[in-house]
Amino acid sequence: MAHSYTPGLKVLKNTKILKERRLPLKGSVSASIGSEVKPDEIIARTDLPGNVQMVNVANLLNVDASDIKQVMLIDVGSKIDKNDLLAETKGLFGFFKSNAKSPVAGTVESISDVTGQVVIREAPLPVEIDAYIQGSVDEIIENEGVVIESKGSFIQGIFGVGGESRGKIKVLACSRDSEITAEMITSDLEGMILVGGNFISLDAYKKALACNVAGVVVGGFNYYDLEEVLGYTLGVAITGSEDLVTSLVVTEGYGKIQMGQQTYNLLSESNGRLASINGATQIRAGVIRPEIIIPISDASKNGNENKAEKTIGMTDGSTVRVIRSPNFGEIGIVKELPAELRKMESETMVRVAIIDIDGKQFEVPRSNLEVVEID
Amino acid sequence: MKLRSILATDCGSTTTKAILIEYVDGEYRLTYRGEAPTTVEAPFEDVTRGVLNAAMEVEELSGRKILDDDSIITPQKGDSGVDIYISTSSAGGGLQMMVAGVVKSMSGESAERAALGAGSIVMDVLASNDGRKPHEKITRIRQLRPDMILLSGGVDGGTTKHVVELAEILAAANPQPRLGQDYKLPVIYAGNNKATSDIERTLSDLTDLDVTENIRPVLEKENLKPSRDKIHDLFMEHVMQQAPGYKKLMSWTDAPIMPTPGAVGALIEMVAKKENISVVGVDIGGATTDIFSVFQKQFNRTVSANLGMSYSICNVLVEASLSNVLRWVPFDIDEKELTNRIGNKMIRPTTVPQSLEELVIEQAIAREALRLSFVQHKAFAVNLKGVQKERTISDAFEQSDSGQSLVDMIELDLIVGSGGVLSHAPRREQSAKMLIDSFLPEGITSLAVDSIFMMPQLGVMANIDKKSIAEEARVAALEVFEKDCLIRLGTCVAPVGSMSESEVSLKINLEFKNGEKKSIDLQSGELIRVEVGYEEVKAELIPAKGINVGAGKGEKIDTIIFGGQVGLIFDGRGRPLDVGSDPNDRISNLKKWASALNEYPELKE
Repeated sequence: MAHSYTPGLKVLKNTKILKERRLPLKGSVSASIGSEVKPDEIIARTDLPGNVQMVNVANLLNVDASDIKQVMLIDVGSKIDKNDLLAETKGLFGFFKSNAKSPVAGTVESISDVTGQVVIREAPLPVEIDAYIQGSVDEIIENEGVVIESKGSFIQGIFGVGGESRGKIKVLACSRDSEITAEMITSDLEGMILVGGNFISLDAYKKALACNVAGVVVGGFNYYDLEEVLGYTLGVAITGSEDLVTSLVVTEGYGKIQMGQQTYNLLSESNGRLASINGATQIRAGVIRPEIIIPISDASKNGNENKAEKTIGMTDGSTVRVIRSPNFGEIGIVKELPAELRKMESETMVRVAIIDIDGKQFEVPRSNLEVVEID
Repeated sequence: MKLRSILATDCGSTTTKAILIEYVDGEYRLTYRGEAPTTVEAPFEDVTRGVLNAAMEVEELSGRKILDDDSIITPQKGDSGVDIYISTSSAGGGLQMMVAGVVKSMSGESAERAALGAGSIVMDVLASNDGRKPHEKITRIRQLRPDMILLSGGVDGGTTKHVVELAEILAAANPQPRLGQDYKLPVIYAGNNKATSDIERTLSDLTDLDVTENIRPVLEKENLKPSRDKIHDLFMEHVMQQAPGYKKLMSWTDAPIMPTPGAVGALIEMVAKKENISVVGVDIGGATTDIFSVFQKQFNRTVSANLGMSYSICNVLVEASLSNVLRWVPFDIDEKELTNRIGNKMIRPTTVPQSLEELVIEQAIAREALRLSFVQHKAFAVNLKGVQKERTISDAFEQSDSGQSLVDMIELDLIVGSGGVLSHAPRREQSAKMLIDSFLPEGITSLAVDSIFMMPQLGVMANIDKKSIAEEARVAALEVFEKDCLIRLGTCVAPVGSMSESEVSLKINLEFKNGEKKSIDLQSGELIRVEVGYEEVKAELIPAKGINVGAGKGEKIDTIIFGGQVGLIFDGRGRPLDVGSDPNDRISNLKKWASALNEYPELKE
């Protein structure tokens, strides 16, 4: 049977989810193997080296760099407070002294007799990492972090903004092709993850931000509205570090596009459940897609394990989504995967799939199709 | 020694491409090629897997045994194996460097040129005078985590203070390498030799410091080669050692693995030297656009890191502005819908244009990406700044400053395009037109595209150091480049000067190989194509008064030009190119020019 590999976004109802939680630098891990963790529980911490300030003492005191040691009042390794004296000249008969003070509190790291620079390192910055999802600790990465295992639903979006967040799922749109409007968002939705249908306007998203909504999952959003959300025009799709209260996960793409049936159904079934959401996206080698994870505490533990790791190919009968115009966003069934190249309207010669959309057959380049992974 | 067969691979970030070159009937020819997904990332995490898969495809197509279990058979024994195996690599994001110099426009720029020439991506240029405070520089170094740092500054024997200050900043930042936590970051020092001991004292404990010759020993001279060579060595010794499977791959190859763009640059440099011509080469990819040029025998390379056709397509829109993209689109389109469409290409980078409209839009964006990359290239490819020049009285009227761009469009002989949007355009006319519209060649310029992007493999082949095979490999690389790599599109003849509308700017008399003759009057604003294959055509070009076609204003040229898959293109549209500010004029012009070149199927008038 003809077979083709295509990228696919995962929409899995009951699967094993493994999440690596790693510190940026080595530190200490507080969780132990097998322990149950809650999303906001701290599992590892470390100290990032503090910021560095450089003071050119030789310039400030108008002495030669090679003479700096004669004017320094403190040594390498000393702890100092802000405005502590670093160096002082002898002056003339004890008068007209000039001095250099530390602009920050920290530790003196080096004194250079070539350049006259004194390097002061500020106090370390503590960093903590939480569990992000509810589950149990599956593996400890020594001094670096843990891998958390959970069972539940796992849904990937195509693009998102905002980092990790969590909250109860609240389905707002009455169908997958209806929009979330500003009027639908009220202050009692604070801390929740709102699920919509085909679109959320900039106004409605701003209202969500104002109401401290934890996240929004929706089919489409306008590319040009991102500028106001991010404060800059998005040139490359690398997001996740934005300081936004409301993480946004777009499941289909830019524009008004109805949410995939499976995605919408799964989110609707999960209404009221606690979920974790992350808008972080990186579309480069080593792609990261935004995600929604809904742990099922009473999971029927016989879920199809490892499904989240699996990528299935496109075969006759596969459910696929068209990911470029024409027919963008439509869902179809693969009828045939002809081996030979076919000429498109653009005269591009490509491998195609013949798909059935609502009873009509279309010839679509295989690279413009995405397998909808369902379980 | 004649080489009977050569296998060359290029491990890109997504695909590993293998080519087989064989000595057949007295010449080197590309005979087979294969490709397979690159296997640097999980689940394989071993680059050699992808190499073997690509070689296996070559093996299957050629019927020649190349692999023995999990290795490549070298040298050739009977009919199996290959005489040499070589490879380039840009997998895992290529080589990412940070460079530092005392004065940004002098040693900073020289260091940047050395790093780019070696094939790296320059993440940032630190300089004593870049306006940033020391703590800002330190934060930046920490954030970036480069693969390697090149530190330069000062002329030999000059003051040491500034360059040591930079070293102190590096030491305070204590930079960590991008790949692997267990090795020290390689730092190359190529600055004032008087400061070497101070630099060593500051950096040798914290980093893996290597000292090489000064990049600017005196202000008037740039000495890039030692630094470029050192970058290649360290790339092999350190960076590649951290990438999965490279140790094994390095043990297979007959020459050091080169960073892909470094190899392309080396080839272009060699071709320019051999033919004694000025060349511009461009590779437009999904995330970046690389431009290489050789003018006045000087090689330059720039990488426009965020101008590409998929991952960074939205950034082209941001940098070029929507109106500049739209000026190439010969129909009306809702602007907001267009931005959503382009956004969707960014988040689904592997899709292809199915409809004609989508293709036209994609090629419009490509024109802007190429144009902007070339603007950046022209600003960087300059003669040395800070050089004192002796002037005579005659120079007083023609003040030429140091730091002038080397790029001279009228001097340019050949443009070579590569990358999906140029190499795989459904019609070659589209590739030719994209190159002309974005680079705006002046005078007589040949146009070509790299058929399957084999320049990286040919580049490394042309630069093998092993004495016994070096010369023959170079011959093979040039032969294959000439015969199989380049697809000759034709020649563009573009007169420049102040033209008045509908006046004849150039009279053209052509004589073809079969003796046939043709005369053309090229009017201002007109684009004319003459279909003729890759063969010599005698051309007499007579420009109107005040118009230059290469020999000076109003000067006639008798020359030989070559046709190609598109043919001869006479471009009377003038420079800079004005497509028309009124939407109706613009659409009418674009349709007229597209029709002249038979560019698109349905846009004929």
